[in-house]
Amino acid sequence: MSVLTIERKVLEKNDDVARRNRELFAQHKLFVINLVSSPGSGKTSLLEQTLKHLNGSLRIAVVEGDVQTDFDAQRVAKFNVPVVQIVTNGGCHLEAKLVHDALANFDLKKVDLLVIENVGNLVCPANYDLGEAMKVVVVSTTEGDDKPLKYPGMFHHASVLIVNKIDLVPYVNSNPEVIKQNALRINPALKIFETSCTTTKGIPEWCEWLRSQTKVRDGSK
Amino acid sequence: MHELSIAENIVEIIHQHVDEDRLRDVRAVGVKVGTYSGVVADSLEFSYQAITAATPLEQSFLALEQISFVVECEECNQKLINDDGVTQCSSCGSFKTKIISGRELQVKDIELEDVKKELV
Repeated sequence: MSVLTIERKVLEKNDDVARRNRELFAQHKLFVINLVSSPGSGKTSLLEQTLKHLNGSLRIAVVEGDVQTDFDAQRVAKFNVPVVQIVTNGGCHLEAKLVHDALANFDLKKVDLLVIENVGNLVCPANYDLGEAMKVVVVSTTEGDDKPLKYPGMFHHASVLIVNKIDLVPYVNSNPEVIKQNALRINPALKIFETSCTTTKGIPEWCEWLRSQTKVRDGSK
Repeated sequence: MHELSIAENIVEIIHQHVDEDRLRDVRAVGVKVGTYSGVVADSLEFSYQAITAATPLEQSFLALEQISFVVECEECNQKLINDDGVTQCSSCGSFKTKIISGRELQVKDIELEDVKKELV
């Protein structure tokens, strides 16, 4: 028997395309977030509220990832922002190549903020770098306060946690403080927001932060 | 469930390192799999077998090396195996830790059966 030593990352092909995406984003001074959560946490509702709040002051483009249908792209298009729907046909996550191909549909010079809404899945999207500046993970109060401890992988990779559906706390057995504590045990560097897309509580704070991040990278526009 | 595409990536890497006429000699393919690599070992092995069946790689198999999730505490300098994914130091309670391992997903090596010498 002879042994060839390889030591290569299995997903290096994806990482290479992600690097190219990242270079493209830097070249156009684009701030890019990758929105991840389990299905039904309210990613699209949060995006709708974000667009409502920031449209006009920031030029936003959206990539929607879903296993099937273009329902989310239709919801987003109502805000008159450029949007591309990626349908994965069963695929459980977005890959860098899919995002790269989608970018051809945008005039990146005219975009300040790109939001990539990943497929609802708290496991697989953690491993696929898309070239984003950061992952934003959404957890809703209806999912169980122990969610971060049950799916630590995603929280290791995220920079921001949004605790959504905060208006439902009186009706469900949830304590947002416990969600936050659990998440911080996995990743103490998480920046945390609490939001409700029904009452819009916390939306202005989240949007202000997003705007500040976009500005930092985009002093010239 | 993305183990199928992971398995396809592994096959591609093998093709890049082994000449086509030697693919039949590939045996164990060493892969490091971190606890938080997001990969289920059984399902990766199953996927690999499924896509290499009836190909020159059909006699090859994955030798998975599980890598624990280890954090190092910057306060008390302890290295801790925290396979529950928690990064908080379980010894002193500090949050000032860094992740040392447990997120690997890497092809380590490829074992090849030696070519049998023809008898003269």
